Amino acid sequence: MNSEDLPELAADIVRRAQAAGAGDAECTISEGDEFSANVRMREVESLKEAGSRGAGLRILIGKHTGSSYTSDLSSEGIERLVKQAVELADVTTEDPHAGLPETDELGSISGDLELYSADVARLGTQLKIETAKRAEDAALGADPRISNSEGASFDTHTGRHIFANSRGFAGAYATSYCALGVSPVAREGDSMERDYWYTMARGYAGLEPAEQVGRIAAERALRRLHAVKVETQKVPVVFEPRTARSLLDNLFEAVHGMSIYRHESFLAGKLGEKIASENVTVVDDATIPGLFGTSPFDDEGVPSRRTVVIEKGVLKSYLLNCYAARKLGLKTTGNASRGLTGNAGIGHGNFFLEQGDQTQEQIIRSVRNGLFVTELLGFGVNIVTGDYSRGAAGLWIRNGELAFAVSEVTIAGNLKDILPGLETIGCDLEFRGAVAAPTLKIGEMTVGGR
Amino acid sequence: MEFSESIFAARFQITRQDLERYVAEALSHGGDYADLYFEYLETSSISLDESIVKSATQGVSMGVGVRVIAGERTGYAYSDDLAPEKIRKAARVAAYIAAGPGKPGKYGLHEGVKHDLYPVLVSPTETAFADRVTLVKRADLAARAYDPRIFQVQAVYADNLRHVLVATSDSVLTLDRQPLARLSVSALARQNGGPPQRGHAGGGGRVELGFFLQEKTPEHFATEAAREAIVMLDAVEAPAGEMTVVLGPGWPGILLHEAVGHGLEADFNRKGVSAFSGRIGQKVASELCTVVDDGTINSRRGSLNVDDEGHPTQRNVLIENGVLRGYLQDKLSSTLMHSNSTGSGRRESYAHIPMPRMTNTFLLAGESDPEDIIRSVAKGLYCVNFGGGQVDITSGNFVFSASESYLIEDGKLSRPVRNATLIGNGPEALKYVSMVGNDLRLDEGIGVCGKEGQSVPVGVGIPTLKIDRLTVGGTA
Repeated sequence: MNSEDLPELAADIVRRAQAAGAGDAECTISEGDEFSANVRMREVESLKEAGSRGAGLRILIGKHTGSSYTSDLSSEGIERLVKQAVELADVTTEDPHAGLPETDELGSISGDLELYSADVARLGTQLKIETAKRAEDAALGADPRISNSEGASFDTHTGRHIFANSRGFAGAYATSYCALGVSPVAREGDSMERDYWYTMARGYAGLEPAEQVGRIAAERALRRLHAVKVETQKVPVVFEPRTARSLLDNLFEAVHGMSIYRHESFLAGKLGEKIASENVTVVDDATIPGLFGTSPFDDEGVPSRRTVVIEKGVLKSYLLNCYAARKLGLKTTGNASRGLTGNAGIGHGNFFLEQGDQTQEQIIRSVRNGLFVTELLGFGVNIVTGDYSRGAAGLWIRNGELAFAVSEVTIAGNLKDILPGLETIGCDLEFRGAVAAPTLKIGEMTVGGR
Repeated sequence: MEFSESIFAARFQITRQDLERYVAEALSHGGDYADLYFEYLETSSISLDESIVKSATQGVSMGVGVRVIAGERTGYAYSDDLAPEKIRKAARVAAYIAAGPGKPGKYGLHEGVKHDLYPVLVSPTETAFADRVTLVKRADLAARAYDPRIFQVQAVYADNLRHVLVATSDSVLTLDRQPLARLSVSALARQNGGPPQRGHAGGGGRVELGFFLQEKTPEHFATEAAREAIVMLDAVEAPAGEMTVVLGPGWPGILLHEAVGHGLEADFNRKGVSAFSGRIGQKVASELCTVVDDGTINSRRGSLNVDDEGHPTQRNVLIENGVLRGYLQDKLSSTLMHSNSTGSGRRESYAHIPMPRMTNTFLLAGESDPEDIIRSVAKGLYCVNFGGGQVDITSGNFVFSASESYLIEDGKLSRPVRNATLIGNGPEALKYVSMVGNDLRLDEGIGVCGKEGQSVPVGVGIPTLKIDRLTVGGTA
């Protein structure tokens, strides 16, 4: 089956499900082609190339749901897909809040969202390998202490996403991206450290120069050498954009509509309250052209939009799909997200903290004694309670300057205090993924060490 | 199982001659080795929330991955369509990695050796859905019945049945049928309008559905999740800094997985990027520590009859009485390191290149009475349950996050403490193990290990362990 026929297949699957007894049905089809080249120590290490596709179906019979998926798009495979979903509606419980979006909630935003760049599919294998080699070479050549490498990779992906439902929605869009990353290893004496840097864009032209990626990766690995463990103490902590972003990941989980209705988030019931410092504004916006969290419609067929989540420290909105919205007596924010099948979950668009006016340098200069975090380890964040405790590595700030490398420490606090404790916001917001934050300074956290 | 009875022969009409031709096609540009990994995966899952079975899903995915190795280079391609022309195309794409004349030769396949570790007659995936739905409903009732302060329960049951076929240019043909099932329960407790706390438990293995009816029932996991949530209602702030840590038996074995397991995977060591590189024969733990990775334990989540390269799994001693003994090897690394595969080549699916991975990783029992271990600690932390962990292979620094732990004061357990991350350095941390309990326990079958974007099921285990020095990341 050709790609052009997939929207018709999705509509057909919906019709077949209805014919088999479903009151409502929604079908997702996705297909994609991936390519990946890895080089290590200036030699090709691996090449991978393939394409795949699959279809998912979710149906409702009354208020009972059933779902299924398959990678077999033959007529026999589709027949089984429909039969399996219908069969499962028998074993689920009636759920008064289950259902598709209302017809007037469905739709898609128009205009070119710049999600697909035709050059990605045309890139030659040699160019991809050479680009990865140039990045690794720049890292290896940056300093004699960069004597080893975990390699460099160049990845591309092109895909199509198709969605149709029984309320008349039909939509499709194509996406592409390419990414270049490099992980050099720095060594001096007994100290060995690795770091990485990468660039990612919808098209090849949007990538940062390979040599620059390699040099930054090398600098990052080098500055970690001879790291020490510091004394346990309470100090200001500065997150560089790469680690600050993870605080936004935590915040996303805390405003996730499913966690809210279950009271599984420390932000449940806090709408309209001040939960962060005055200088914090957090936005989810899936409409910004070219970015990685952008799409014309969400995974229930609701148009993408911009939602202000926190405005000047006040919690303004949760992120919702139709189900969570119904549970909370609110309207969907167009944040439905799912893989091929199952009930829709909740995802983010481009989820970011608006930038402030201080440079990273100014922020570091404002700290007499504190930690500049460049790497976080582990999953020690409890969204139910807000308890935050993660492994960290970075650089110690002494009298406003980066003084020496630190590792094998923890940073801990509670998000209920960390968000109001956001003293300073950097002016260096940039999108290296769908979630982004500028440099952030927290007034005080516990650094656990010796 | 005979090849002719396999799903690949019966449903997709693939013959031995076809497999031999595909292998030959993969080596048509030269190369040292090629293999095919066919997978047919059926999955189902059922989830309950607010006492409502809100979702039930089933599905199937299938495909074949073709790999060609030429020296240190790997070419890989896959197809989710098992039609002959699609498989041949994948073989030709993978073949590009080798740039040389083809390797003529016949790859007469014969069936390889394998274990029989999960003789499951009817896999859970093949049972009636109604029976499996009962499991999540029972879990919900039991968690709520445990204590009136439990106000939210989620239960997820998931199983899959993976049929695999591996055919290699070493002439080995292996088939396996791999069932896997898991039940997880999460409960939220609250008292007097205060903030909620969560408890979590789960388990399973390569078992029949009867495992959840006789051995580890929904009530077992539900009660455990509810108990943890209730305990945490009284938790105080966790301490911060270096201290003595006692790990309870079972799942806290995630320490080994992070502290030493990943660092001993051969790919990192072949490249010299692991903190353990070049340390075979050196002392990396106290002599009380013997650590093994064993993929041959019956019915365990981390066990496999053969690894995903068609090599039988085995019991591998990683650390013996504190001395580093060996690495976990797959085909590529063992060839390049002039060693042998340890049956550790694993992959997430046909769409992934295999690499060295753990199976069930645990530390052998010692002689101490667990109660004596706690009694010996004047001031410290006792950790019995954990969330996830992570390691930086190169520096060796690892973390794992305690979800249920207690202060130890004067040899006795006192207050429960809030979640805290523990951090240490792999080649150093186990040197501070000063007591090892006689109570080795494996976890209940819940582990998922992620590496370079690939997830595989694993197991861990330890007896009660006393570590004299580890950094605890609390706030107090």
